[in-house]
Amino acid sequence: METKMKWRWPGVIAIICGMFSLVPEVLAESEPAIDSGDTAFVLICAALVLLMTPGLAFFYGGLVRKKNFLSVLMQCFVIIGIITLQWVLWGYSLAFGPGELIKGFVGNFDYVGLKGVGMEPNGTIPHLAFMVFQGMFAIITPALIVGAFAERVRFSAMCIFMVLWATFVYDPVCHWVWGSGGFMGAMGALDFAGGTVVHINAGIAALVFAIFIGKRKGYPNKMSPPHNLPFAVLGTGILWFGWFGFNAGSALAADGVAASAFVVTHVATAAALVTWAILDWIFNQKPTVLGVITGAVGGLVAITPASGFVNPTGAIAIGVGSSLLCYFFVSCVKPKFGYDDTLDVFGVHGIGGIWGAIATGFLADEAIGGTAGSLAQTWIQTKSVAITIIYTLVVTTILLFVVNFFIKIRVTEEEELIGLDLSDHRETAYTILD
Amino acid sequence: MKYIIAVIQPHRVDDVLDELTKNEIHLATVANILGRGRQKGISEVYRSHKEAGSLLKKVKIEIAVNDDYVDAAVAAITAGAKTGEIGDGKIFVLDLHDCIRIRTGEKGTDAIG
Repeated sequence: METKMKWRWPGVIAIICGMFSLVPEVLAESEPAIDSGDTAFVLICAALVLLMTPGLAFFYGGLVRKKNFLSVLMQCFVIIGIITLQWVLWGYSLAFGPGELIKGFVGNFDYVGLKGVGMEPNGTIPHLAFMVFQGMFAIITPALIVGAFAERVRFSAMCIFMVLWATFVYDPVCHWVWGSGGFMGAMGALDFAGGTVVHINAGIAALVFAIFIGKRKGYPNKMSPPHNLPFAVLGTGILWFGWFGFNAGSALAADGVAASAFVVTHVATAAALVTWAILDWIFNQKPTVLGVITGAVGGLVAITPASGFVNPTGAIAIGVGSSLLCYFFVSCVKPKFGYDDTLDVFGVHGIGGIWGAIATGFLADEAIGGTAGSLAQTWIQTKSVAITIIYTLVVTTILLFVVNFFIKIRVTEEEELIGLDLSDHRETAYTILD
Repeated sequence: MKYIIAVIQPHRVDDVLDELTKNEIHLATVANILGRGRQKGISEVYRSHKEAGSLLKKVKIEIAVNDDYVDAAVAAITAGAKTGEIGDGKIFVLDLHDCIRIRTGEKGTDAIG
């Protein structure tokens, strides 16, 4: 109702203005206007999304061995730095440039160095607010991949890979879905907050990276358990909190859609969390802490593309489905194929993202996002998922070979044994004496 | 009966335990420790422990064995722990006065195995 009212007002104003010949020019200049509520909301949401990356760092860091804890925190943190620079210098332009370098595929260089991106309105918020909000998405997506190659990647090679990956994979895919003229948006694919752009993209890149870099020494039989599960729980809590900014903020306005996205995000996560606990109870005798947090993250992932389109019952279905599928992949498929996706980035983000994106097609509620769930929509969703998977798979593989040609992506066996904290950063997370 | 104490590089623990297992020595006590040897804490470039200054991270493995197993245990620890670089650690072999299994009250060589 509220959104409809919003749209009706400009029409009414236009009719009234039409009666006075001079007034329309004045109004045309002042429209569209910046809305203070929307601006405040989007800026706060941008900060929330930024917080997800340190949260993710603790989620991942708690799950690795003691000797690699700092390295995982460091990788996530440095990605904040380098991707912010990449985004400001050319990433934002490739994703959201006003023209297109290749039609439907990637933006042009008009916004390089944020030239022309200022305080003027973009919708109802300043262009800079939109840019920084999207920048936080560009940061967390490569950071998600860290979980796949944790404990054995060379830091320098990782940094270079991430800049290339953001440029050649994230920015184009972001343009396809959200950029002006992007072909996936034109196809009618629904992706509210980044199921394809963020999670499928990162999940598939993670799988490719994990297979490329190989298993950790001693995997799977001689691995220590997670070194600090409480940190992983804390990290999950921060992720969940930040995710409200991710999904509700994607409405780009403090409106009813944002509230709806906020609620379904929460509901789906709760459903996924409970489902995973039940699965653990049935198949592992006991419900586990690690299971519950993994389920919650999977639920957050799966609801992401759907968050602006489904109602709370749809959200429950997405949460339950996410845990069923992710549980199956993490506990059956991964051991069967033997790839060492260290922290299940593919099993949770890849699979959760694919499920969420496709489920959006049949669970969408017309009253919320204006699109009703249908077979046709499901088919469009499936196509968009398939295209993303193929593109990410191919380009990530090429980038890995290129980087590995110049710098070996994997550390030496001795460095791996000593642990990356000492061998890559000359620091240790914990001391023995006080 | 002998009591063997080995102070080794932390990243060699798995290999040492593997070698011991190969020689049918399954019982061991392992602890993280700090220490210093002849290199006085100035070890290979990246292993210095900043805060503790002169102390390096090591792992201590302690094993009680019957006399027949002493040579095998020492050989196994050496094989697993040796990198050839300074800081590989030391093995101490001590006479063991007695050994009692708490559950059964067994004593001496019977209690060790």
